[in-house]
Amino acid sequence: MWAHIAFWVCAVGSVVTGVAVFRVDSMARATFALLASFVFAAGTVLLLNLAYLGVLVILMMIMEMVVMVVFMIMYMMNPAGLMPMTMVHNQKGSLAIAGAVFAALAAGIFLIPWPTSGEPRPEDTTRALGEALMGSKMLVMMVLGLCLFATMVATVVLAAHRGRYDRYGDRLDAKRPHDPVRGGLNR
Amino acid sequence: MILQQFLLLAAALFSVGLYGALSQQSIVMIMMGLELMANAVIVAASAYWYFASPSRPDGQVVVVVALVLMAVDMAIGFAVTTAIFRRRDVDMTDSAADLKG
Repeated sequence: MWAHIAFWVCAVGSVVTGVAVFRVDSMARATFALLASFVFAAGTVLLLNLAYLGVLVILMMIMEMVVMVVFMIMYMMNPAGLMPMTMVHNQKGSLAIAGAVFAALAAGIFLIPWPTSGEPRPEDTTRALGEALMGSKMLVMMVLGLCLFATMVATVVLAAHRGRYDRYGDRLDAKRPHDPVRGGLNR
Repeated sequence: MILQQFLLLAAALFSVGLYGALSQQSIVMIMMGLELMANAVIVAASAYWYFASPSRPDGQVVVVVALVLMAVDMAIGFAVTTAIFRRRDVDMTDSAADLKG
């Protein structure tokens, strides 16, 4: 009973705040609406007995959205929402596509005879996940680690202002680095 | 609680995110739409694990993959935004249509 009520509160809250992300005027408000949407969605994950993953989603999303707010204010006009704004293109087409996708997914959800399982649920889901990641699903963990490392390198390369190709030329064969100001490395 | 309720929630989140990713002009708002879509994957994968195959941890591993996807997506997205903003003062997708066919 209480699980039902909690599920519907979380589900409706998650979708409503998700819609609010694209409806509110302020970028900062949009970010915090997205955070609320993630927390509600994580609430439904917690209802499924996945304590670790639910808490992980909540903690990670709080961090991520706080970082996002900084970028929002850096890159956005109208961060405080002091005047109404719209920053959309092809809104009708997007609405039609999103509505059609939802209708197709909902039709699939209600028409497909989903498998059910009488298998016993594990006592400790966190232990099951940990043993899988450190055992039979080790390859997934390794690939994820490599992806995260590649992400770190790629973000630094993309966001760096001046790299060695700017300083030493495209063939890296300049005798002295070409720097706009005196001083610096190798000078 | 039944599986269909969770999948319906996931479908709703996915569609809202898809609308945002398609309609928004600002690169950061597009990334918000993509994050909502990844969130739908998290809800759907956890529900499927719980109702369809709780004895195997595969569904939980999919959730971990989706979480990493969200982190990577945001990091790379902001790095690309920083790069293009620094080079050309662009923060809207409409101004970066060089590859339009």
